[in-house]
Amino acid sequence: MELQTNQQHHIKLSEESLQKQTTTLNLGPTHPATHGVFQNIMEIDGERVLETVPTIGYIHRAFEKIAERRPYYQITTLTDRLNYCSAPINNMGWHMTIEKLLKLTLPKRVEYLRIVVMELSRIADHLVCNSVIAVDTGALTPFTYVFQWREKIYEMFEEVCGSRLTTNIGRVGGFERNFSAAFFEKLHAFMKDFPKAMKEFEGLLNRNRIFMDRCIGAGPISAERALNYGFTGPNLRAAGVDYDVRVAQPYSSYEDFDFKIPVGTTGDVYDRFMVRNGEIWESMSIIEQAIQKIDKIETEHPEQKDIFYAKDADKYHIPPKEDVYTKMEALIWHFKMIMGEIDAPPGEVYHSVEGGNGEVGYYLISDGGRTPYRLHFRRPCFIYYQAYPEIVEGGLLSDAVVTLSSLNVIAGELDA
Amino acid sequence: MGLTNEILKQKLTEKFGDQLTNWEEPYGMLTVSVPAEMNLKVMQHLYDDESLRFRFLTDLTGVHYPDRKGEELCVVYHLHNMSDNMRMRLKVYVPIDKPDVFTATNLYATANWMERETYDFFGINFVGHPNLTRILNVDEMDYFPMRKEYPMEDPTRRDKDDEMFGR
Repeated sequence: MELQTNQQHHIKLSEESLQKQTTTLNLGPTHPATHGVFQNIMEIDGERVLETVPTIGYIHRAFEKIAERRPYYQITTLTDRLNYCSAPINNMGWHMTIEKLLKLTLPKRVEYLRIVVMELSRIADHLVCNSVIAVDTGALTPFTYVFQWREKIYEMFEEVCGSRLTTNIGRVGGFERNFSAAFFEKLHAFMKDFPKAMKEFEGLLNRNRIFMDRCIGAGPISAERALNYGFTGPNLRAAGVDYDVRVAQPYSSYEDFDFKIPVGTTGDVYDRFMVRNGEIWESMSIIEQAIQKIDKIETEHPEQKDIFYAKDADKYHIPPKEDVYTKMEALIWHFKMIMGEIDAPPGEVYHSVEGGNGEVGYYLISDGGRTPYRLHFRRPCFIYYQAYPEIVEGGLLSDAVVTLSSLNVIAGELDA
Repeated sequence: MGLTNEILKQKLTEKFGDQLTNWEEPYGMLTVSVPAEMNLKVMQHLYDDESLRFRFLTDLTGVHYPDRKGEELCVVYHLHNMSDNMRMRLKVYVPIDKPDVFTATNLYATANWMERETYDFFGINFVGHPNLTRILNVDEMDYFPMRKEYPMEDPTRRDKDDEMFGR
């Protein structure tokens, strides 16, 4: 008995830690509440967060360095892995950056098809984020429920490009192949059935007293601070600033579409949740309009049904596989492109698209070679995550967790 | 939409004269080089002036040009005027043996991590930064990996010699 007591006391705590009135809490790097690999060292007093120091870089993969060695078409796979919840938007943004560098214009049908894909992935991204907010407030049902719909979206991506999460979708100048009939079948089924599920999802949470009590007032940020911190996307709009790249600098013919930009007022978790929900409905409306526009093009100009890439992008667009096996020119171009013999013109481009989390920017410097001289990704997560300590300080620990998921910090995008 | 590239260029030239050099407009974005000791002054003016209002820092990054003697490192700022919906690009060239640039953290809170990232990868010393430490790489790292002298592939590998294809 005597021996045991001695053993219990052989850990010597420093005098400082015995005197300390607060607790140091390591939230992460692998913690169920962080939904990704990043760490927060929090100083808490009871349940109040006094201070938090984020540590990031756990899954840094040096994409910008790798990109300096890769031909342009191979960089698409790197962009997949930034915000992997909405990889197609990143892919499209990257293709558009090269198209801007090459001064290519795309046929309308291709641009509308791109918009369909981008808005579908925006819905998938927002569904994940919003249902994860519900998980962090203790409601697991909506999460498992809407994941069926994310699954349906991924099935559509599979129909277009063959993969689901990291899609590598599209090529410079358009798509790798035309959209199949099965894709449109799935899309129409989704457009018909999803609104009902979305209404149910909203019905479970939007006016749910428990959910509202947990979210309203948690993790707020003012419009002024949000702008100063470089917020973009739903997080900025939740604070009341109606900045959306799709409207401010339209790309891929977004100017042809009629849609609203939902904004919030207080920038708290609830506003971010509601803004994302609103955007899902707007995305549905954009897809609806895009389908109508594509149908109109196809009925008025039936010959355009087969157009899935820009003809003047021939030099940069990897030819369809069946052509590579049957046609001489296609084989030559395929070989040249794969071996990286295609040079891009020198230039300096910044292009940005509205990603799931905000403005995804590509700053590309080309010196005329096969690879970029320098490529920098403007990753919205990385930029707004630095506001996290300021947002959660003084709040409750449980609010800090739900704030983290409502900011939608994606580790892949955070660390690049 | 009162502001255009011409007006902006004219206003900046009036204020700072010929200290701003290398005016360019690649793909429609006004680009200008600023001397390293003046970057804050120019940005403060762009921020404060009621007709300019560049109050959003979109992006901040570095570029390494090993062949440009005396101005090997470049810091690139992308500024955004949301009221007039206009972007511009500022470039600050600094020598690699004294890469000192004033920090923009007091003007834009968002510059904090972006400058840490630029320091981490290029070794640009942002003077006055509250916490200029590595952010994505490990703290023990003693070099700046995005500089061009660190090639991607292992140079000792003979099986991946690609002198025929690419750089």
